[in-house]
Amino acid sequence: MSVRAKFERIHEMVRKEFRQIFRDARMRGVLFVAPLLQLIAFGYAVSTDVRDAATFVIDSDQTPASRELVDTFTASGYFRVVGRSQRPTDLVRALDRGDAVLGLVIPVDFERDVQSGRPTKVQLLFDGTDSNVATVAQGYAGRIVQSWAARRVPQRMPPGVDLRSRAWFNPNLESRTYNVPAVIGAILTLICLVLTSLAIVREREIGTLEQLMVSPLTPGELILGKTIPFALIGLADLGLITAVALLWFHIPYKGSVVLLLLASVLYILSALGVGLFISTISRTQQEAFMSAFLFFMPTLLLSGFMFPVTSMPAVFQWLTLINPVRHYMEIVRALFLKGAGLEALWRQFLALFLMGIGILWLAAERFRRRAGS
Amino acid sequence: MSAAVEVENLTKRFGDFVAVDAVSFSVETGEVFGFLGPNGAGKTTTIKMLTGLVPPSSGRGTVAGLDILRQGTEIKRHIGYMSQLFSLYADLTVEENIAFFSGLYGVPRERRAARRDWVLEMAGLQEQRGRLTGELSLGWKQRLALGCAVLHEPPVLFLDEPTSGVDPISRRGFWDLIYALAAGGTTVFVTTHYMEEAEFCHRLALMNRGKLIALDTPARLRQGLREPLLEARTSDGTRTIETLEKAPGVAQAGLFGRAVHVTLKEGEDVERDRARLAELLAGRGIEVESIEPIEPSLEDVFIALVEKTGGAVVD
Repeated sequence: MSVRAKFERIHEMVRKEFRQIFRDARMRGVLFVAPLLQLIAFGYAVSTDVRDAATFVIDSDQTPASRELVDTFTASGYFRVVGRSQRPTDLVRALDRGDAVLGLVIPVDFERDVQSGRPTKVQLLFDGTDSNVATVAQGYAGRIVQSWAARRVPQRMPPGVDLRSRAWFNPNLESRTYNVPAVIGAILTLICLVLTSLAIVREREIGTLEQLMVSPLTPGELILGKTIPFALIGLADLGLITAVALLWFHIPYKGSVVLLLLASVLYILSALGVGLFISTISRTQQEAFMSAFLFFMPTLLLSGFMFPVTSMPAVFQWLTLINPVRHYMEIVRALFLKGAGLEALWRQFLALFLMGIGILWLAAERFRRRAGS
Repeated sequence: MSAAVEVENLTKRFGDFVAVDAVSFSVETGEVFGFLGPNGAGKTTTIKMLTGLVPPSSGRGTVAGLDILRQGTEIKRHIGYMSQLFSLYADLTVEENIAFFSGLYGVPRERRAARRDWVLEMAGLQEQRGRLTGELSLGWKQRLALGCAVLHEPPVLFLDEPTSGVDPISRRGFWDLIYALAAGGTTVFVTTHYMEEAEFCHRLALMNRGKLIALDTPARLRQGLREPLLEARTSDGTRTIETLEKAPGVAQAGLFGRAVHVTLKEGEDVERDRARLAELLAGRGIEVESIEPIEPSLEDVFIALVEKTGGAVVD
């Protein structure tokens, strides 16, 4: 069989696939609007930073010193006073109703104690249902109280060790800088894994797969014809997301563009492989969607996309090593934020390469074997 | 010259289940060959083996002179295939579907425009060439699917229940196309559930329970039925069947349109039984309009043969 005929068949499949994809308005939306929506969500809405946290103040002292402390809180920009009272029950109610996530309690004689150098206590109450906000706000509040005290309270004994911390790569610890690059991983997974499996199963459902199998198209050509379009669209989305991230959100990009492209291509191999595999175990698009979803959620959760791998129990940390998304996320973040090179990232690249080739090969073999039935 | 399709002891096993059991037949070039049998008889599996989708467990066969065991990929370029599902892309236009299958089957570039126009004309779709295939009526889709299946002018064409769900007039038009193709030298291998379609075939093969149970022209198959047949028209078809099924000398009784067809046992005296059964029915209070001996139809032959070979598989 001539190589030219082979290329022509693959080309014909790819052209057909693109026609179908772009003709379907919903598909266009999934491919190009959904990535932008996700970007906007992660760029604007989804933020683990704490700003203007609703704070309820119980100021039992009512002195210039207590007012100054409260002002320091609001001036920081992290806190916003939503109510004041002198009765602790009001604070409890505000926390219960969710009007405030944080309560600041200043005791009676606060100013007198501070001025006379007696130890005094300021109490912070948190709504722990949102553990992230509580943790972050706690850190901010602690620093504010300390720096205020350092200014106001005469220091008799300076502390022996002074901790000065500075964040590298993301100096302001902005979650947007951390999250937006990771959206790339989620989108590539969606397109290459979910859409590929759906596209193949759809042909099985409407009967055209059988038609293709009795044509000269070989299973290998069919796989290429079905996967190349989504791989290309995935890469187009990579460009789109990166452009918006850089130009609109001003996310810094420090690494090599070639490495980002290479990592994406390697990652796409894994995603396509899983998509292909799912298509071999599903008879209907509904089944394929369910399987893809079952795969999609845990891999994303165990990728460090939203929850850091280092905070996971050891078993899960080991598990993440066989998760291609994890390696890809690490590469993408390192490229965006650190400008790291291959010397620092070769392990992740190697893992992606091996997994991509392995998964795709296994899936293709399985697809070939099941092709006739 | 070798036959267009030839199989010898073709067998397919799935575990312990024998889907196709040592089937042998041969189809002449230009023949319209009907392949019949109840669901689960092994028709589809046989077609899958002939089209290279499923390898046979044993036996041998050739399609268009190519070995189904060793030249599966080669065979795919020399056959056309159309199934009941009308496997075209509903979201592509008529022309795009034609162009896709032209490219897939490697129709030479200089022939493509001519072949496209031929299909459009054959299917009567010149005016609809830019429309989405999904918007076409079923009859049109079916003719377009047939056209796409023969774009590359294959010597052998497989049609798997090509007309299910299509209205009788479209079906008749479709068979005109099949005859035109056969007259041009294309061998047509067709499965169907419609008995009036089976009559159109040059020869019929009947399968049941994985075995080939009959193979002949429709006329000779009808003559070959040795059991005498009566047609009874009564006031109550259901009760007539209940009564006659258990009557002595009766092999089988079944509803046939509004009438009841009664297959007598081999060697029964038709005239005597006719009077006896009429009396029996009258005795049960069933009004008998008429009860006459008739020539068997293909469906009668089909049912009788299936009954004789263990009945249809009930799945």
